[in-house]
Amino acid sequence: MKLIKKLWVLVLFSTVSAMAFASSEAHLDKAPASLSDQASLQRGAKFFVVNCIACHSAAYMRYNRLADIGMTEAEIKTLLPEGSKLGSTMKAAMDSESAKMAFGAAPPDLSVIARSRGNDWLYTYLRSFYADATRPNGVNNVLFPLVAMPNILGGLQGEQALVVEKHEGGHEVQMLKLTTPGSMTTAEFDATVGDLVNYLDFMGEPAKLVRYKIGYIVLGFLFLLLILTYALKKEFWKDIH
Amino acid sequence: MKYLKNLLGWVDERFPLIETWEFHLSKYYAPKNFNFWYFFGSLALLVLVIQIVSGIFLTMSYKPDALIAFASVEYIMRDVQSGWLIRYIHSTGASMFFIVVYLHMFRGMIYGSYRKPRELLWIIGVVIYLALMAEAFMGYLLPWGQMSFWGAQVIVNLFSSVPFVGNELSVLIRGDFVISDATLNRFFALHVIAIPLLLAGIVFVHLVALHAVGSNNPDGIEIKKNKDANGIPLDGIPFFPFIVVKDIVAVVLFLIVFCAIVFFAPDMGGYFIEANNFVPANPMQTPAHIAPVWYFTPYYAILRAVPPMFGSQFPGVIAMGVAAIAVVFLPWLDRGPVKSIRYRGPIYKAFMASFVVSFIGLGYLGLMPVTPTYTLISQVLSVVYFAFFILMPWYTKIDKCKPEPDRLTFK
Repeated sequence: MKLIKKLWVLVLFSTVSAMAFASSEAHLDKAPASLSDQASLQRGAKFFVVNCIACHSAAYMRYNRLADIGMTEAEIKTLLPEGSKLGSTMKAAMDSESAKMAFGAAPPDLSVIARSRGNDWLYTYLRSFYADATRPNGVNNVLFPLVAMPNILGGLQGEQALVVEKHEGGHEVQMLKLTTPGSMTTAEFDATVGDLVNYLDFMGEPAKLVRYKIGYIVLGFLFLLLILTYALKKEFWKDIH
Repeated sequence: MKYLKNLLGWVDERFPLIETWEFHLSKYYAPKNFNFWYFFGSLALLVLVIQIVSGIFLTMSYKPDALIAFASVEYIMRDVQSGWLIRYIHSTGASMFFIVVYLHMFRGMIYGSYRKPRELLWIIGVVIYLALMAEAFMGYLLPWGQMSFWGAQVIVNLFSSVPFVGNELSVLIRGDFVISDATLNRFFALHVIAIPLLLAGIVFVHLVALHAVGSNNPDGIEIKKNKDANGIPLDGIPFFPFIVVKDIVAVVLFLIVFCAIVFFAPDMGGYFIEANNFVPANPMQTPAHIAPVWYFTPYYAILRAVPPMFGSQFPGVIAMGVAAIAVVFLPWLDRGPVKSIRYRGPIYKAFMASFVVSFIGLGYLGLMPVTPTYTLISQVLSVVYFAFFILMPWYTKIDKCKPEPDRLTFK
């Protein structure tokens, strides 16, 4: 038994050190997203339909699924583009080919973007555009250099510039500074992007809303079953010596 | 009750029902000192059933077509009633299968379950393990995401490093010159029919072999050596009901872990379902970092640790293959006078501990991008991994073992 204990310590140690190593990625801001905040999800959904699906599709997301975040049928109908029904999926207004001609790259489908990129990445990315005259659309992105997407949220956020601060010892820190204010304050804009990311997270996996709820019930049942099965085992084994 | 008895009699005259029940369950005598490590055999059987049942339901909605495979998985996740649950059960089951099987194999190693008379039982088990790897590898292509595609690309390319016939071999596996719709279709066929059928067959044979030779135990001694007047092992208890009720507790504990993952962390931080697999497969865009799923990474690390020789990756591929099947030679490598780690000496224990460290370490390194330091550590750990097997005839022989007891140690 002693050896087994030692082995476990080794296993635990190596896992912990593995996790410590794994967290050396680019800095991402924490997205203020919470799936339990239904108002935020609804704001995010409206913002998404108004601002994103001109270019991006969400080909696996049906409009009527917005009922999952508490929107009524009448509310969903106000969001429907012409020709779409409640059960339609979210198609982009612009077709993929012309979008490719316009931007140089086809805008990706956003159905599961939160699952491949993660909330924090999306939250940071959407707030990291800065003016760059060398780019065809006039902007660049700190997190996704040379990205083809124009900064369509620039009107809300304002214009940012990339400032490089030189510190002692020669190391440089890149920072984004707001040069021209937009129609929103920074706090408002961050909250709006937070709502959008929250919605993208929901859209990536609508089942997440029920998954946790069912999960607690299932685990509760299994714990009860554990007590019963353990008692059963004890009863059968009491005479085995 | 009388009618039931009559029915049983009717059946039993035509089929050895009672005999089968008694031979495999109610009169199969298992050692009564089974500990924690002995749960993983029945749990592996449970996961096999979970995978088959959830797999059947997934097959009802999945489309093995390169154009719509990715979309059909999202269809399952969104539009199929409880489709997300079935898919998460299946994806979690895949990883849990390997966790359970690795622990089951580790049990066999530390208690010497591969030793005479269980060599064949052990070999059949290794065949199950290899079939399971093929099953998991082919299943992973089906969601048709970037990691599915590029993972398969990397692994199938390994076969093209085989001298002389490599290219033809890899084309034969893919059914095309690149991973394509043809590959997806044949992997689907193999994943849902061929290999599950094979698995069910060899699992059955594994159980038949087990019940013929009898179970080993943590003491590594034969309970059949001490029998009472009726020929029943003194240290044995009937599998039904005693081991069954014990295993049920383990099943519930296992399901708690399993369901916690399914409902609260089905991605397992990207280890069970990789984030990049939510990007549809794109043959024109190679991901920056391709890592196989965690259960293959120890062997992947060994593959990368071996430098190319004569301009060929083949030596690395050989090393990887040998590493995966090395355990099959254990019955003939082990020359120790005792079976169980309980009575082995310090040298064996040190080798076993370093083997565990090398396996887990390689598993971690296989997930990481290549850096010179990581490659060096992988090389050291690969040597440790192989040393455990190659030096085994020597260190098991010279080790100072304790005497085995005559009877099981129980409480």
